[in-house]
Amino acid sequence: MYIDNSAYDKGLAENYAPLIVENVKSQQCTHVFAAHSAFGKSLMPRVAALLDVQQISDITAIESEDTFTRPIYAGNAILTVQSSDKIKIVTLRGTSFAVAETEGGSAEIIEGADPKVDITTEWVSEDLAKSDRPDLTSASKVVSGGRGLKSKEEFDRLIPPLADALGAAIGASRAAVDSGFADNSLQVGQTGKNVAPQLYLCAGISGAIQHLAGMKDSKVIAAINKDGDAPIFQVADVGLVGDLFTKVPELTGKLRR
Amino acid sequence: MPTPLRILVPIKRVIDYAIKPRVNKARTGVETQGVKHSMNPFDELSIEAAVRIRERKTMPVEDILAFSAGPEKCTDVLRTAMAMGADRSIHVEIPASDASSELEPLGVAKVLKKVVEEEGRNLVILGKQSIDDDSGQTGQMLAALLGWGQATQASKIEFEGENHVHVTKEVDGGVETVRSPLPMIITTDLRLNEPRYATLPNIMKAKKKPIVKKTLKDYAVEEGRRLKTLKVEEPPPRQGGGKVEDVDGLISKLKELGAI
Repeated sequence: MYIDNSAYDKGLAENYAPLIVENVKSQQCTHVFAAHSAFGKSLMPRVAALLDVQQISDITAIESEDTFTRPIYAGNAILTVQSSDKIKIVTLRGTSFAVAETEGGSAEIIEGADPKVDITTEWVSEDLAKSDRPDLTSASKVVSGGRGLKSKEEFDRLIPPLADALGAAIGASRAAVDSGFADNSLQVGQTGKNVAPQLYLCAGISGAIQHLAGMKDSKVIAAINKDGDAPIFQVADVGLVGDLFTKVPELTGKLRR
Repeated sequence: MPTPLRILVPIKRVIDYAIKPRVNKARTGVETQGVKHSMNPFDELSIEAAVRIRERKTMPVEDILAFSAGPEKCTDVLRTAMAMGADRSIHVEIPASDASSELEPLGVAKVLKKVVEEEGRNLVILGKQSIDDDSGQTGQMLAALLGWGQATQASKIEFEGENHVHVTKEVDGGVETVRSPLPMIITTDLRLNEPRYATLPNIMKAKKKPIVKKTLKDYAVEEGRRLKTLKVEEPPPRQGGGKVEDVDGLISKLKELGAI
């Protein structure tokens, strides 16, 4: 379904929500799914309230048409809920579902209804971090740095070369982001991005529960930290206790060969 | 003259962020008995944002109203909010024993809509999510019910002219700025500010600030739960794989695991 109107260019929830509601009603949809991304998070609750539906956020599994599983308490508990709403409004965690084939589909394209709602909110500007690296949330490998890197200079000196050697995306802990070592959009954790790559390699990250919430579904977790008692070692498949300022460059050098 | 701001800050009492939650034996929820609770960290940012708007003096602030719905102990977090600078509070008491009337985000939004209307609010600042349920819905739902503009995951709030608000939002890949006239809904993100500590004199003063007690009936919101909890489980534990001696050990283990 397409709707041709430049009012939707900037993805503002204020006009998108009535648009979705209109088309959900006219097409008698029973389920509305969106990614639990910044866009989905901003939009879907607005849609849900307009339809008088209690949304189910950030699901990791679908048990049946009305039953869904989602993490709560920063992933420390897994909740299974059954919805009694007629329409199910759901956001889902991208890393929990396989990507559909981009070929072989045979959908008809139809024009949707456009309620053309007047809104008062205006988009002013955006400032997106430019990156040639793989996208953090979909990368198969992620190299992540934390407070242990001590400064932005050290973060930039040590982490990008290691990420390049592995072809990995770059992530960061909240401590590293708050200290200005890395951009906000790189934060991994409960309030940042959720990642589940094949390899999550982190250096100088202690492993607070809020951070683990965003990466513990990774296939293999490797950690370099000088504190042998850091909680990260309880979840890491491979741990190396040592000074990251010598271990990370050594690792980068040996991976390049 | 700019319209004076009448700010509403909804806050939630949650298990303290530093506590590792445990699933209860009946697998119906998380153990909350005897566990330390605090104000949801994002709600601290909301209170701080409201107080800073008043202190900045670019816009007149008529009052800052804190709101919480939940058991008796929610008054503790409301007192904290008032010690940080909120002027008064409303507490909708929901007995802890009555899990069936425990509000879901949609129910909270419906109550908040009534509060906004009765109290003539023109700015509502909420946290972007509560760290217990992690839903991230209430602010957007309230904006929808009121038909107001919304700015989610705010990292900067600035006023322009008589009644426009510029909000910088954290989005995937960077930041985005939107502009909306009042009234509006803002949800706060971590980078917005650093909440102040309540000082002892302010804690003492907060004890004299009013908390009005209400019930769900007062707002004529009869919101049954739409979602039925079937079970709550511990996540599958991850087994740490032990440590290696050096970088060569790390590389060979990663190769063995097929990670590189």
